[in-house]
Amino acid sequence: MTERKIRVLIAKPGLDGHDRGAKVIARALRDAGMEIIYTGLRQTPEMIAEAALQEDVDAIGISILSGAHMVLVPRILDLLRANGQEGVCVFVGGIIPENDVPSLINAGVAQVYGPGTPTTQVVEDITRAVLQQAQV
Amino acid sequence: MNVKHDLVESVVAGKRLPLARLLTLVENNAPEGRAALDQLFAHTGRAHLIGVTGSPGSGKSSLVNQIALALRNPTNGKPARSVAIVAVDPTSPFTGGAVLGDRVRMRDLAGDPGIFIRSMASRGALGGLARATTGVVQALDAAGFDIVLVETVGAGQAEVDIARLAHTTLVIEAPGMGDDIQAIKAGILEIADILVINKADHPGVDSTVRALRAMLELGHPTHPHSFTGSTAPLWIPPVLQTIATQSEGINELVEAIDRHAAYLHTTGAWQARDRSRLQAELEQLVQVELNNNWRASVPPELFQETLAQVETRQISPYQAAKQLTLPLPELHPGC
Repeated sequence: MTERKIRVLIAKPGLDGHDRGAKVIARALRDAGMEIIYTGLRQTPEMIAEAALQEDVDAIGISILSGAHMVLVPRILDLLRANGQEGVCVFVGGIIPENDVPSLINAGVAQVYGPGTPTTQVVEDITRAVLQQAQV
Repeated sequence: MNVKHDLVESVVAGKRLPLARLLTLVENNAPEGRAALDQLFAHTGRAHLIGVTGSPGSGKSSLVNQIALALRNPTNGKPARSVAIVAVDPTSPFTGGAVLGDRVRMRDLAGDPGIFIRSMASRGALGGLARATTGVVQALDAAGFDIVLVETVGAGQAEVDIARLAHTTLVIEAPGMGDDIQAIKAGILEIADILVINKADHPGVDSTVRALRAMLELGHPTHPHSFTGSTAPLWIPPVLQTIATQSEGINELVEAIDRHAAYLHTTGAWQARDRSRLQAELEQLVQVELNNNWRASVPPELFQETLAQVETRQISPYQAAKQLTLPLPELHPGC
């Protein structure tokens, strides 16, 4: 019997050491029945793309509080495309200024979440995005 | 199916994205994954399968990280070996979800094309592994990795599946277990090929080593390996000390692993373990196919012949299971 699970990589790129938000999201997605791969702090974009490939994830949640999102996130998206994983749904959480959101979405990010986002919304969005991707 | 053929070829050629996708298909028990494994099975049987088990927090992931580093950067002039890592963490029995965190300890291995790390959730299986771990390990073996390291969930007494899967089983303990060591030593003695006391800079290491050595000396001379049934000379598991966070004792550990592999080859125990593992896998698959009535109706000779074909890699265990579950008249054409 086929048993499919949504697999999500939760990644902390760059130099900020605050992973409370990443852990809260990891826990919420786990409680929604997903399998979460957590990679720990201070990952390079290359490390994140490599983990996404080896783990064949359906989605990646990137948590950034350092302000380096306009450099790190496009780099991760480029690496995913280079690896043939353009279908992976990427969402970003953390402290992201309003003005940066459109360019991140343009670059290929599915959603950007700020402080106060209900975890139920993240669960719903990821589930919907992954199921849509599976039908393509 | 052309798709399957491409998948099989890409995996054998060592392409990483097709391998990762195959592992997902195998994990999900998808028909495509099983069909690919059937074709890949002829390419298996070459990797040294090393199991790493032990109680939660004993340092399994950190040690796996260090072992893999040592295998990639050998100091004794040996060639570097390619390493696949399968890290199993528990699935929540309530939600079916899991947080797989073993990669956190393995960041030193990032960026090395000779390393492939895959996290697996146990998905309800007891015994320390997931049901699909055997298939995942076969895929990695077929992909050409020299070594496949399998890290179990944090294990206590009953999680001994790893000893059936692996050629070499490392049991990791931390010092200071006190009376707990008394409770787990029976399991340790049965499945450990190498005992590792990690965190050897913590207090109580000497008494832990002494207790384990004493139990091994009592237990081993009279009991051959339970899972092999082999009558070959006994391997007495060495008790090693490591400090994974400081890379101490790692070269000695890798040497012990290589010594154990050499022992398995010279005594024929390697094949005995391969055979007993394949037998276990085949039997399990057959059970999935049929209900208990099958046991009463299938001729034992047929089962043994089929197993022999699997052992020589003519067919995969799943194909053999299909053969053995034909309707009875086809099993006994003469009846």
